[in-house]
Amino acid sequence: MTIQRDVMQYDVVVVGAGPAGLAFAIRLKQLAPAKTVCVLEKGAQVGAHILSGCVMEPAALDELLPDWRKTPPTICVPAAKDEFALLTKTSRYKLPTPPQMENQGNFIISLGQLCAWLGTQAEALGIDVFPGFTAAAPLIEDGKVTGVRCGDMGVQKDGTPGPNFAAGVDIHAGITVLAEGCRGSVSKKLITEFRLDADRSPQTYGLGFKELWHVPGGRVQPGLIQHTVGWPLDSGTYGGSFLYHLDQDRVYVGFVVGLDYADPGFQPFEAFQQFKNHPSVKPLLDGGEILSSGARTIIEGGIQSLPRLEMPGALLIGDAAGTINVAKIKGVHMALRSGMLAAAHVAEHGASTGFDTRWRNSPSAKELRTVRNIRPGFRWGLWAGLVNAALETVTFGLLPWTLKNHADWSSLQKRSAAAQSADDYVTRTLPPRDRLASVYFATTTHDEHQPAHLKVSDTDICATRCAEEFGNPCTRFCPAQVYEMVEDGGKKRLQINAANCVHCKACDIKDPYEIITWTTPEGGSGPNYQNL
Amino acid sequence: MKILVGIKRVVDYSVRIQVKKDGSGVETGGVKLSINPFDEIALEEALRIREKGVQAEVVAVSIGPADVQQQLRTALAMGADRATLVETTDAVQPLMAARVFLELVKRENADLVILGKQAIDDDCNQTGQMLAALWDRPQATFASAVELKGKTLRVTREVDAGLEVMDVDLPAVITTDLRLNTPRFVKMPDIMKAKSKPLATLKLAELGVAPAPALEYVSYAAPTPRSGGRKLESVQALVKELRDRGVLS
Amino acid sequence: MNKILVIAEHDGAKLNNSTARAVSCALAVGGDIDIAVFAADGKAVCAAAGKLKGVKRVLRIARPENQAPLAAVLAPQIAKLAAEYSHVLAPSTTFGKDVLPRAAALAGAAQVSDVMKVVDPYTFERPIYAGNAIATVKAPAKPCVFATVRTASWSACGEGGSASVVDQTVDLVLPLHSRYVELKKDESGRPDLQSAGRVVSGGRGVGSKENFAVIYKLADKLGAAVGASRAAVDAGFVPNDLQVGQTGKIIAPDLYIAVGISGAIQHITGIKDARTIVAINRDGDAPIFQVADLGLVGDLFQLLPELEKELDKV
Repeated sequence: MTIQRDVMQYDVVVVGAGPAGLAFAIRLKQLAPAKTVCVLEKGAQVGAHILSGCVMEPAALDELLPDWRKTPPTICVPAAKDEFALLTKTSRYKLPTPPQMENQGNFIISLGQLCAWLGTQAEALGIDVFPGFTAAAPLIEDGKVTGVRCGDMGVQKDGTPGPNFAAGVDIHAGITVLAEGCRGSVSKKLITEFRLDADRSPQTYGLGFKELWHVPGGRVQPGLIQHTVGWPLDSGTYGGSFLYHLDQDRVYVGFVVGLDYADPGFQPFEAFQQFKNHPSVKPLLDGGEILSSGARTIIEGGIQSLPRLEMPGALLIGDAAGTINVAKIKGVHMALRSGMLAAAHVAEHGASTGFDTRWRNSPSAKELRTVRNIRPGFRWGLWAGLVNAALETVTFGLLPWTLKNHADWSSLQKRSAAAQSADDYVTRTLPPRDRLASVYFATTTHDEHQPAHLKVSDTDICATRCAEEFGNPCTRFCPAQVYEMVEDGGKKRLQINAANCVHCKACDIKDPYEIITWTTPEGGSGPNYQNL
Repeated sequence: MKILVGIKRVVDYSVRIQVKKDGSGVETGGVKLSINPFDEIALEEALRIREKGVQAEVVAVSIGPADVQQQLRTALAMGADRATLVETTDAVQPLMAARVFLELVKRENADLVILGKQAIDDDCNQTGQMLAALWDRPQATFASAVELKGKTLRVTREVDAGLEVMDVDLPAVITTDLRLNTPRFVKMPDIMKAKSKPLATLKLAELGVAPAPALEYVSYAAPTPRSGGRKLESVQALVKELRDRGVLS
Repeated sequence: MNKILVIAEHDGAKLNNSTARAVSCALAVGGDIDIAVFAADGKAVCAAAGKLKGVKRVLRIARPENQAPLAAVLAPQIAKLAAEYSHVLAPSTTFGKDVLPRAAALAGAAQVSDVMKVVDPYTFERPIYAGNAIATVKAPAKPCVFATVRTASWSACGEGGSASVVDQTVDLVLPLHSRYVELKKDESGRPDLQSAGRVVSGGRGVGSKENFAVIYKLADKLGAAVGASRAAVDAGFVPNDLQVGQTGKIIAPDLYIAVGISGAIQHITGIKDARTIVAINRDGDAPIFQVADLGLVGDLFQLLPELEKELDKV
C-alpha cells in the first residue's frame, strides 16, 4: 500500500533533543544563522526521555551559553563533598576518592531540566524543535543519507492504518545528525549499513536505574556525592551505586550494572533495590517517598569501541556514538562538546566528511584515550579492576596497550555452566515493591491501540531454546517488566507488555540470541520523567 | 458559521500530581502542560463540522498567561482558523471564564460554542453551562454525538441512565464527553503553517468584564491513602460483613 | 439559620437514591431542609421525598414544561427559588451537573462541585486532579451557596421524616430553544462500568477467556458491571473497554470486588475511590490486600460459587 507522505526540507535534521543534539543545533545557529535546522524528539516534551545521575562539568556549557548560570535549572546543586566506598552486606568501608570522581566546581543537575532549558534556547534561535515526533528510519539514496522518515501515527495493533492515521513526514536534509543517545535505533541501522564499527572493539553497555526521593528533614547534605562498589554485586559483575544529595530534602539514588554480566538469573533491578536497603543507606530513605524513577542504558565501550563518526550525509554525536567518559561516569560535557564540534565542522564545510578525524584530534578524544583501559579492566573482577584503574590513572592512560571489549549479548553463561547464584541479599522493605510499582513513577504511557514496538523475530526460541539455555533472561533484565513468560493453553509463551517500556534499550543489547529489536513507538509515547 | 472552541491549558493527564508539602497548592513547576483533553475533543468536533461541508470559521479561544499561546498554536496546527488569547495571570474560575467567553461570543457573533465538559485540573464541570445561562441560549452537555440539521443540533448526551437525545436551536453551547470523537494527530507541516495563522491577544482588563464571585481555595491535601482491612475466614463472614455495612441492600 | 434547598432527581415516578445522599450532605451543613421536585405531576416522587429524614418541606413545582429534566427549563426556576435560601444542593449526577451550574450563573453565584465533606456551612472539601488531590474551598455566602454533592462520598440519609408537601408556583416564561427527544436506556442489562454502583473485576488469576464466565455470573447475581485488570485484558480474556486502572477507567463504585487481581499500583489508581473494596485471591501476600477493606484468601473457583449461594440466602 503506497502511503502519501509530506516532505519537509531542512539544511540539517537532528535526531534527539538531548545535550548533544541541542548543543549542535544551538552552536550551528550561532555560527551560521541562515541555516535551517530542525530537531526531532520522540518524547512528548524535551527532557521527557532523558535521565542521568547527574554530575556535570560546567565548562562545556559555559562555552556554549555563558549566561546559563543566571537562569540555572531548578535542580542545580553545587558539588560539595565526594565520597567513595566499598560495601559488604553489612558494612561500608570508605576508600580514597579516585581523581576521576573528584567533583569540585561541578554541579548536580537534572539532565531532563537542562535539556528542557536548552530546548527553549534553541527555539529562541529559530530552530524548529518537534517534541512528540520520532525518526523511525533513515532515508538513504545512492549510498548517502538524505534525511529521515518520521514515524506514522494512528497505526492499529495489526499494523493497518486506523481512522486517525497520519503518515510520518519525510524530512530531507543535506546533513542528518544522529543524537539519539545510547543505542539509538536509527544510529544502530546506520552503523550497520555503513559498517561504521568495522575494526572496532565490540560495543559494551551498562544499565542504569535512578530514583528521586523526598526524605524526612535533617538527613540530606546538599552537594554530597557518594559512590559505592561491592555489595550487592559479586566481584565478577561491574557496577555500583550513586547517591547525590540535592536541596529541599531530596536525593537522587541510583545504580549502574555492566550488561556484560554472566549470570542469566541475575536481576539488575533487584540489585538496585538491595543497595537501597543497605544499613548505610536505608536510614536516609526510610519514611521518605519516591517522586520519580526511571532507567536507561549507558554506552561503556569508550574510544576503542567508538564507531566512525561520519558517513555520507550524516554524522554521529554524543552517546549515539559513545562519547561518555565512563571512568568519570560523566557524559554531558562530552555530549555538549561533540555537538559543538560537529556544528563548527558543518558550519565550515557543509558536509560530514572529515568530522571523524577532527573529533579524534580533539581534546575530547584525548580525554577518552586517557581512560580507555579502566572499564575493560573490570572484566578481571572488582579487585583487579580497581588495581588496573589505579594504575591507568597514575600513568594517565599512557600505557601502550588498549584492552578490548566483548559484546554483552554473548557474555551470558548458559544455565548449566553458571555458578549457582548465591544471592547475598537482604529482606527489603523500601518501596517500590517491584518493577511494576517502579514503572508507575516513570509515568510511561503508550497508547494501547498501537502495535508493540518491541520486535522479537523468533518467539519460538523463547519457550524452547532460551528457556532451557538461559531461563528467559529478558524477563529479568528489563527494568519495566515488559517481558513475561505466561501460561497459555498448557504451553508457555512470551508476552510483551509494550506499554510498560521506558525506552532504556537493554533488551536490544542483552538478549542472547540478538532477536529483539527496539523500534520507535508512536511519537510522544514512553516515559515522562519529571525532575530526573 | 462561526464556531468558538474553548481551550484550557492544564497539567498533562500523564503527570503524577504532587501536593506541595505546605498544602498551599499542587506542584506545577517543570511539569508538562497541555491542552485539556476534553477541549481537544471539542476542537476536533468543530473541525469535523467544518469538514462536513458547512462553511465555518473555527476560532480557538483561551484565558491565561502569555505562554498559553503555545497551546493555541497547537490548536491552530490541529486546524483552527484563528485563535484569541485573553491574557491574565489570575487564576480564573468557571463563572469568570463564562463571563469572559460571553464577551468573546458577542464580539465574534458566534453561532456555536463547543467546550470540554470539564478541565482535568479543577474538575469543575461548570463553564459550558454557565456560559449558556448568561448567553440565554441552549446547553447540550456531555455530548457523545452531534448532528447539525440546518439551524438545529440533535445532540446525544451521555447520562447515567443511558443516552439522552435532545434538540437545541442555534446559537448554542455544547460540552464534550470522552466518546464524542478521537482527536486527530497534529502534523509537522501544519505546525509550521500554524506559526503564521492569526493569534490575537487581549488583556483581561480591556474586556470590561465584571469580576465574578469566586471560591477561596484554602488548602490542598493528598487523599488519605487506603489501608488494608481484614481478611475474613469464610464466604459467610464476608457476606455478613457486607450486609452489615449496608453494601448489599 | 441556614435554609437549604435540595433539588430532587427522579424519573417521573421514582425518586433517585442520589437525592437521599444529597440530603445527607444538607444535614451535615445543618439548617432547614426543603426538597424541590420539578415535574409534570410528581405526586409519588414528592411523597417519597417527604419520607426522607430531616426534610422540613417538599416543594412540588408541577407544570407541563417540567416533564423532562431540561437544564434550560429547570435552571431559571431554581435560580428564582434560590433567593429564599442560603444553600442550593443537587446530587453530582449527570442531572445535577447539567442543571445546577446554569442555575448558579443565573443567580450570579459560584458553585462548589462534588462536595466530599462539609467542614462548616461555607467550607467544603472537593476532589481535584481526578481525586489525586483534595482541595478545601470556602464559598461566599452571598448571593447563595450552590453545590453539587459527590454521591460516592455520602450514604443515603434514610427514612423517618414526615415533611409536608407544598405546591409551589414559579412564575416564569420558560425557553423553547431546547427540546427533549428521548432516552435510550442501556438495554444490555448490565450497568455501565464507568457509573455502576457495583463492579466485579477479574484479573490474570482467572486464567482464561472461558473462565471469565465466573466473573460475569457473580456480576449478574449482584446486578454489577464487569471490569478487568490490564493483565487480564493483555492476556486476551476480555476486551479492553473493561479495563479498570490508570490507563483504563477510573471508577468509584460503592462496591468493588477484585477477583484474582494482584493489585499493582496501576490498578489501584483506578479504584482508590471505591467505597468498599473486597479482594479474593489465593495469594495472601498480594498487594491488593493492602488496600482492600475485606479480603478472602483462597481459590476463586471454589469461593465464587460459594459466594453466589450465600448471596441467594435472603
